[in-house]
Amino acid sequence: MTHSSSAPMTAEALPPAQSLFRFFLRRFVRHRMALLGALTMALLVFLIAAAPVTARYDPLKQDLRHRFQPPSWEHWMGTDELGRDMWARTLYGGRISLTVGLLAMAVAITIGSIFGISAGYYGGWVDTVLMRITDVFLALPRLFVLILLTTFLRAADIPGIEPGSFWPIAVVIGIMAWMTVARLVRASTLELRERDFVAAARSLGESDVRIMAQHIFPNVISPIIVSATLGLAGAIISESGLSFLGFGVQLPTPTWGNMLSGAQSQLLIAPWTAIFPGLMIFIVVIAINYIGDGLRDALDPRHVMKRG
Amino acid sequence: MVEYLARRLVQALVLLFLLSLILFGLISAVPGGLMTAYENNPDITPEDYARLQAKYGLDQPVPVRYVKWLGNVLRGDWGTSFVSKRPVMQEIGDRLPNTLLLMGLAELVTLLIAIPLGIYSSLRQYSLFDHVATTFAFAGQSLPVFWFGLVLIIIFAVTLKGPTGAPLLPGSGMATPNAPFSLVDRVRHLILPVTMLSLVSAAGYMRFMRSAMLDVVNQDYVRTARAKGMAEKEVVFKHALRNALIPVVTLVALDIPTLFFGAVFTERIFAWPGMGRLYIDAAFKTDYPVLMALLLISGALIIFSNLLADLLYAYLDPRIKYT
Repeated sequence: MTHSSSAPMTAEALPPAQSLFRFFLRRFVRHRMALLGALTMALLVFLIAAAPVTARYDPLKQDLRHRFQPPSWEHWMGTDELGRDMWARTLYGGRISLTVGLLAMAVAITIGSIFGISAGYYGGWVDTVLMRITDVFLALPRLFVLILLTTFLRAADIPGIEPGSFWPIAVVIGIMAWMTVARLVRASTLELRERDFVAAARSLGESDVRIMAQHIFPNVISPIIVSATLGLAGAIISESGLSFLGFGVQLPTPTWGNMLSGAQSQLLIAPWTAIFPGLMIFIVVIAINYIGDGLRDALDPRHVMKRG
Repeated sequence: MVEYLARRLVQALVLLFLLSLILFGLISAVPGGLMTAYENNPDITPEDYARLQAKYGLDQPVPVRYVKWLGNVLRGDWGTSFVSKRPVMQEIGDRLPNTLLLMGLAELVTLLIAIPLGIYSSLRQYSLFDHVATTFAFAGQSLPVFWFGLVLIIIFAVTLKGPTGAPLLPGSGMATPNAPFSLVDRVRHLILPVTMLSLVSAAGYMRFMRSAMLDVVNQDYVRTARAKGMAEKEVVFKHALRNALIPVVTLVALDIPTLFFGAVFTERIFAWPGMGRLYIDAAFKTDYPVLMALLLISGALIIFSNLLADLLYAYLDPRIKYT
């Protein structure tokens, strides 16, 4: 790929000769921190996906003779109170944390898009009802309700939900995070509804569902992508926060949040057990936030680039 | 104006009512709580169990319980904690001052850091200072607060030692145990939790203040003030700042609920006996009356702080009409 500084103006002034995707990519790449974020995430996802190769130990294997080992060549991140290898736990914990984040975001985006497009497209009482529901959800104290819902998940014997499985927690986080997406999508849909191509589709006799799915949705995808990225960072923080408080994913399954929870009582003897999982959350969240920032610059043509 | 206010108030009350319905339904659906302990107790006969259930009113259907609960709440009776057997309002009364002290101080420190930095950054846009400050603020907004709290403890309450060899700062509680109350002691216990809370939220406020200033600085009335030959200081503080502060003030209004409930992680990490800890303890023990009171009060605060923010915005910015 040509470096952006070699031809800074032509990329802007000329219509994209290749594809729209290349154009986005070029704008995105120019946002240096976003590129750095993307590279960081790629590296982390590789390490985490290849955890069986990159970690030499089983994340659950206890070795009580080697408890609380500080970081060394043998254990890069040290060992915890049961002698488990922190590097392995951090990588395997990352699998859970990232999966929960992605799943929660998918739930939030799905609910938010359906609510936003329906409210904006139909208007009238549908809009009123859907937006009042959104208001109610916005008025809920989020962390408190998340704690309540995860308590419910743990205590209630819901068929199909095994105790200790992490996906219900992701669903619950998603259920508490769709409202901003709904409002954004609604605003965009209100604008699109009046456009000629929607009127054309309608005059051709296309069904409402088809118009929403095939004509409106592709046009609201940019705000959705941006808020999905920022939502992913938020969901990862939510999961680790809940797990830290003891309401999220339960031990022995490691996640970055519940590893921190265990580490809290041993700050005096093994501070490294608290440093590494949190550092991972921090790195991932800041990388994703920079990616989101870059995507906003690249996808929103009205948004002026900060630097040329 | 009066009509607008009345309509918004009615809307807020309707929303609050819906909220109470949903929350009550949700809480009633959470199994466990006090009755599970009796269920598994072989010494308790089914008759005893039924009697206990009736005593706590748990034998009735949920709608009946809701109406009873609502009636009591409207008369100011929030019920009794299942765990401590004390009135819920007493429990809250014990904890609220601790949280307000912590959060009030944190909010103050946040604003004292963020507003000057935000203004300075905006006046020197794209300078080295601006780049460093906005980068730090971006990082601060991505920082998981609970981890930051643990790191503060590791640095200041474990690693660094004071002149006597004791840790530099206390890492938990509100006061040294078994010591008479002293202001110095209280302040020392406040330093770490307040730092944890305020540095992270200062990051957000700083970015907000900066962009609010940048929005205003390019407005016509600021250019006019400059064109009149007004001193730069006066332009910044009299014309720009006063307008840029309007959105910031509304943001502070939206922070009201967090003054009451915003310190869940901080209170957990620093063993601070406040509202967040009360909620977590109640959730672990499914203490319905306490959970319900805290949920509804925090929901009400969210609704009314939103209303207050809108009203403040309209009051401070005469260009906005009540509609």
